[in-house]
Amino acid sequence: MGQITLKQVRKSFGDVHVIPGVDLDILDGEFVVFVGPSGCGKSTLLRLIAGLEDTTSGIIAIDGKDATSLPPAKRGLAMVFQSYALYPHMTVRKNIAFPLKMAGMSEADQARKVDAAAKVLNLSSYLDRRPGQLSGGQRQRVAIGRAIVREPAAFLFDEPLSNLDASLRVTMRQEITELHQTLKTTMIYVTHDQVEAMTMADKIVVLNAGRVEQVGSPLQLYNHPDNLFVAGFIGSPKMNLIAGAEAAQHGATTIGVRPEHIEVGTGPWSGIVALAEHLGSDTFLKVNAGDLGTMTVRASGEVRVNYGDRIQFGPQAGKIHRFGPDGKNMA
Amino acid sequence: MARTVTTQRKVAYTLAAWAVGLVIFFPVFWTILTSFKTEASAVASPPEFLAADWTLENYADVWSRSDYPRFFWNSVVISIGSTLLGLAIAIPAAWSMAFAPGKRTKDLLMWMLSTKMMPAVGVLIPMYLLFQWTGLFDTRIGLILALMLMNLPIIVWMLYTYFKEIPAEILEAARMDGASLRNEIIYVLTPMAIPGIASTMLLNIILAWNEAFWTITLTTVDAAPLSAFIASFSAPQGLFYAKLSAASTMAIAPILIVGWFSQKQLVRGLTFGAVK
Repeated sequence: MGQITLKQVRKSFGDVHVIPGVDLDILDGEFVVFVGPSGCGKSTLLRLIAGLEDTTSGIIAIDGKDATSLPPAKRGLAMVFQSYALYPHMTVRKNIAFPLKMAGMSEADQARKVDAAAKVLNLSSYLDRRPGQLSGGQRQRVAIGRAIVREPAAFLFDEPLSNLDASLRVTMRQEITELHQTLKTTMIYVTHDQVEAMTMADKIVVLNAGRVEQVGSPLQLYNHPDNLFVAGFIGSPKMNLIAGAEAAQHGATTIGVRPEHIEVGTGPWSGIVALAEHLGSDTFLKVNAGDLGTMTVRASGEVRVNYGDRIQFGPQAGKIHRFGPDGKNMA
Repeated sequence: MARTVTTQRKVAYTLAAWAVGLVIFFPVFWTILTSFKTEASAVASPPEFLAADWTLENYADVWSRSDYPRFFWNSVVISIGSTLLGLAIAIPAAWSMAFAPGKRTKDLLMWMLSTKMMPAVGVLIPMYLLFQWTGLFDTRIGLILALMLMNLPIIVWMLYTYFKEIPAEILEAARMDGASLRNEIIYVLTPMAIPGIASTMLLNIILAWNEAFWTITLTTVDAAPLSAFIASFSAPQGLFYAKLSAASTMAIAPILIVGWFSQKQLVRGLTFGAVK
């Protein structure tokens, strides 16, 4: 079981209110991603759940029981840190066995569990090495191994992939997703990378300045962003946001169109191509469109336009997001 | 442009380093040399170097005139005792300052250090009277306490900087892994800080061994360590340079040997944290 409920959880450091009040339900077995720009409080929220920080007020319940004042050791959660936080003086075997040793498990049972975890994570031939002798990816696997052996109620990941290079990040991302499908344990994952959020999550929690902007599945956030912040944050490249007369025509303060929802060749808008990136599968254009500002366009396949060309373009039908003066979605 | 060190520069640095080293070492070297001269040779002017009369008589004299083993044993007990007692107090103190600091932790650290800036002679009379009244005068336990208190700020500061180097995330990981505070300190913090604790220990043993002000003032016979042993050879009857040098050599030899074998640890201890 791994059901986590936050009720009006607040956290202040002195006069700074990092988390002004969060309500959140995380269901058993869910893969939840906290995403947001740096300093939005996502790591703090995770550390509050872990028990590494004390809440200023509010309730954190794990499986229906109030865990707000329990120390981290008593919450039954496991955490994977950005820096891996392995014990440098212990071998991989001892690192992975440490939580079992702390739980008072017999040596034989420890060995059995460590071997099983090492097998799953392809670490069997590294068990007698020290963390210093491993690559970044292997260290991350050891950290994950240390987390899975204790069979926690939930896993907490604090930006676990940000110290890895790009290709390794993709591999580890898939491994963590597969791990979740095998273990079916609740996972809470913190990242600033919206691609990680979109690809891994069952449920995304978008945070901004300590506030929850929107909670939903990746496609809900993509198709129906609640507000301008979510609209701008989710999706890559970013949604084009247009204010002024063009927005007023649609009865909104701001309208948003995703780069992939723009047709090139026909449409009400025109502009001069400032940048054309031909990737083969896609063509990315930056277009200076006068009053509309600079627009990003993503066309699939090869589009024969180059720097300096004047093009006509416009939004696909029904793909315009309308936002009111308060920044909220009007749909 | 890459930084290149020319041979010329290397030679200059090496010569400078040797020169500084020799200047610092010369008094010790001269003391050792003098200890093997006759009294007449020791005070000869101009100083005799190679033409001196060499003898081992001073050592025999010093050995027979005083109880060297007792002084030596007092030095061992006092320096190791004060260091261990200091560590027992400083480890928990440094842990809380490094990993659970409060608003005033920095001030507290500065205040502790500032006590080292006070001249010891300023508290001579109160300390002397206090030791008399409490019966600690001329006892080893009294000196252990005095030297421990004197070196405690240094021990706490050194351990504090070592502990600061240990990433807090590793201790948090231990907490997440179910370790109690006690297990966190035993299984994670201490093994990681062993090099730091070892250099702190060594440095403080040396400081306590070499301490002369309190050890000479607060002892007479029973608890007197090697510093008092040296002082006893500058007697009112006159200075006997050769014997004084022999006594000094006997007093510094043990710590010099310990220092020689642990110099790697010591250098690390003195420069720790300066370079990542």
